[in-house]
Amino acid sequence: MNVAEKLPDALTMPLADIDVSDPRLYEQDAWRPYFARLRREEPVHFRADSPFGPFWSITRFDDIVAVDSDHGSFSSEPTIVIGDIPDDLPVEMFIAMDPPKHDLQRRAAQPVVAPQNLAAMEGLIRTRVEDILDGLSPGEPFDWVEKVSVNLTTQMLATLFDFPFEDRAKLTYWSDLAAGTPEMAGGDVTQEEQLTGMTECLQTFTQLWHERKGREGGFDLISLLQRDPNTADIVERPMEFLGNLMLLIVGGNDTTRNSATGGVLALNQNPAEYDKLRADPGLIPGMVSEIIRWQTPLAHMRRTATRDLEFRGKQIRKGDKVVMWYVSGNRDETAIERPEEFIIDRKNPRHHISFGFGIHRCMGNRLAEMQLRILWEEIMRRFHMVEVVGEPERVRSNFVRGYKTLPVRLHPL
Amino acid sequence: MPAITLIEYNGASHTIEAASGKSLMQNALENGVPGIDADCGGACACGTCHCFVEARWLPASGEADAMEEAMLGMRPDRTGQSRLSCQIEVTEELDGMVVRLPEYQM
Repeated sequence: MNVAEKLPDALTMPLADIDVSDPRLYEQDAWRPYFARLRREEPVHFRADSPFGPFWSITRFDDIVAVDSDHGSFSSEPTIVIGDIPDDLPVEMFIAMDPPKHDLQRRAAQPVVAPQNLAAMEGLIRTRVEDILDGLSPGEPFDWVEKVSVNLTTQMLATLFDFPFEDRAKLTYWSDLAAGTPEMAGGDVTQEEQLTGMTECLQTFTQLWHERKGREGGFDLISLLQRDPNTADIVERPMEFLGNLMLLIVGGNDTTRNSATGGVLALNQNPAEYDKLRADPGLIPGMVSEIIRWQTPLAHMRRTATRDLEFRGKQIRKGDKVVMWYVSGNRDETAIERPEEFIIDRKNPRHHISFGFGIHRCMGNRLAEMQLRILWEEIMRRFHMVEVVGEPERVRSNFVRGYKTLPVRLHPL
Repeated sequence: MPAITLIEYNGASHTIEAASGKSLMQNALENGVPGIDADCGGACACGTCHCFVEARWLPASGEADAMEEAMLGMRPDRTGQSRLSCQIEVTEELDGMVVRLPEYQM
């Protein structure tokens, strides 16, 4: 683990100096007081200088919903992370497109994660979860991230793409590269490593595409893109093909992976909630929503102002970066009761901001919830406790709120 | 109070005494009708209060604005009768209206 670098004091530093893009805030899990102060004193905040250039921060729940809903004033182009896309990898993906192109491409991919398709997949997911959990050794400490979270979501991703199962670790590797550079979100992947990996990803999927062409049926993502007239020739536009692959790989992987780890951590930090869960496993569906809120696996989404406008009394200029901090919206005391607490039987647990709102709202939200629900159902059938036995190591990024490792020990029923 | 009937995908029918001035979504939730999630709480921003308004009630239920159109456009099961129930304001004119709920919300 890195030696913690000293961060400025959130309560006494000048407001204008607060820079919530600093990836160390997330690596050290130190972000809470900075956002609490912004929500209180300057909920729409301008930071004039950062490694990602000047940017606005939107920190309150209702303001985030307003920005997320107004895609006319706040564009998702050219990109939806705070940093810029690398010049040598000008990818295009529908999460970073405005209507009408966005709508056509999203519609082509949506059926794979529609609940009807998911119901057909539930049995397969459960079998895979059972196999993973049954392969663990109780008593000995191990890394939950590697053995469970990564393993589960990687298998799921291979299923969604109908990707060669034995090569599935590549999907996770590419996912980690996709938004991992310092320029994009403050990570530690080099641009060269990213370019090499993304080139390999594109080549692999281009080959898969051609092999699969003409095959009947198939509800995997590649077959769906091939069948929809709006995306049938997407392979001819490599940067668009790659962009959408990256989107679906990161969207279907990082997020659920980190919620699968975050849930274990949250229950360990809140033993009374773990007791509630043991007493009533029927709380699992609501708990899953609460885990997704508590974890907020993506800390932010960025928009770019399409015109000069006034927002909550602030003058935003055309071209300004406007960053919606989901991680802050989910802790907003004006929208969520006792937001700092992890409460598995909240009255209205789906009212959280982790999936975003408006036309870019998470497409795979039901799949994510289903995976986590099945995971916890099977955990509770086997283990009295998944005990955290050491500090988690967190990812250095202002975008992906994740874990590199979480040491645990299992206590069977 | 206008009586409105909501029919779940499985056929279960719920007739509620709806309060005018509130949205159909709020009325359904307050009366415990299952099948509506309303994740965003009525901001026309999540699409999880989707319903199908019986054709003859469509004119009285009002018209979808641009934002609602955009949200409905993301629904794979959208039809010409699709509306977001958070955007339908209940009025006396809707007394007797029938709406059907979809197989799933997403």
